[in-house]
Amino acid sequence: MHEIGIASSILECVKAEAQRRAGVQVIAVGVRIGELSNVDKDALDFAFEVLTRDTPLQALKLEVEWCPRRQKCINCAEEFLVQDFNLACPKCGANHSTCISGTELDVAYLELEEPCAKS
Amino acid sequence: MREIVEKKVLSENDRLAAELRMRYHEQNILCVNFISSPGSGKTALLERTLASYTPTHSIAVLTGDIQTDNDARRLSQYGFPVRQIVTGGTCHLDARMVERHLNELGFSGPGVLLIENVGNLVCPSSYDLGEAAKIVLLSVTEGEDKPLKYPGIFHRAALMILTKTDLLPHVEFDPDLALENAHKVNPEIEYIALSSRTGDGFDVWLHWLNALQHKVQHSAAAINS
Repeated sequence: MHEIGIASSILECVKAEAQRRAGVQVIAVGVRIGELSNVDKDALDFAFEVLTRDTPLQALKLEVEWCPRRQKCINCAEEFLVQDFNLACPKCGANHSTCISGTELDVAYLELEEPCAKS
Repeated sequence: MREIVEKKVLSENDRLAAELRMRYHEQNILCVNFISSPGSGKTALLERTLASYTPTHSIAVLTGDIQTDNDARRLSQYGFPVRQIVTGGTCHLDARMVERHLNELGFSGPGVLLIENVGNLVCPSSYDLGEAAKIVLLSVTEGEDKPLKYPGIFHRAALMILTKTDLLPHVEFDPDLALENAHKVNPEIEYIALSSRTGDGFDVWLHWLNALQHKVQHSAAAINS
């Protein structure tokens, strides 16, 4: 259960980015979580909610993109989704591939409020 | 309005880990990070490992636990510098904890730094400690399907050590199946089976560690020259 630490690192990143854009309201933060990253989405949602409650970031939304494990075949360059730990290439059957997705733990984007035009 | 950030969530830890890695290179230190469930035999493995070396060897240990310095007390009997990291509730070690305790330990290499992580197969796998290799332990009293249940750590580990093999006659554990499952997650993972109680398989483990140390020192020499 290290989702509290992960959520807190995401919030630190949001705060640092918000500081660089003074006066702009951050509405949402988009993160990418890989299937091999050992982060549970529900536990992360819960930790995020607890850490933002009654703070200036209470309204901040967490948008999670879940990234399943994908491999690239060394033999034929086919990129494929891994299901049931089957690492054999669906195209050529070779068992040699490298992991190209599934370990992500990234802050991808911030959703910012459009600054209101001053009247 | 969407603004692209593209930063690692753990970028601060990664930055500190990169500094540690650089320091290990400069000081000719092989650092390995032991990760397993609680009770898989990390401390027993380290005890027998330390007992296999003479005090002329340069080895240091950082051992992490949520509470108590029991492990450091066990490990300090062998004459090598040992420091306990008490995390006080945190379920893993991070690069900052390692940096602080490494400074207090005063270990400057060349040599081997063994880091025993907090007993946990989930959280420690996310935190880079600057190590040359993560080593995952699986004991024969656990299930053969652990690699499938905790793929994150088995995917990242360079070596899987099957421990407590002296108990194999008494438990229904199929080492071949455990290895097959580990290979499903990580086809590259290396494998050693041993017993820290009887010493069976220990020569293979010490040889593995020695070979990695030579490899790391060789590459450090190439970088530093």
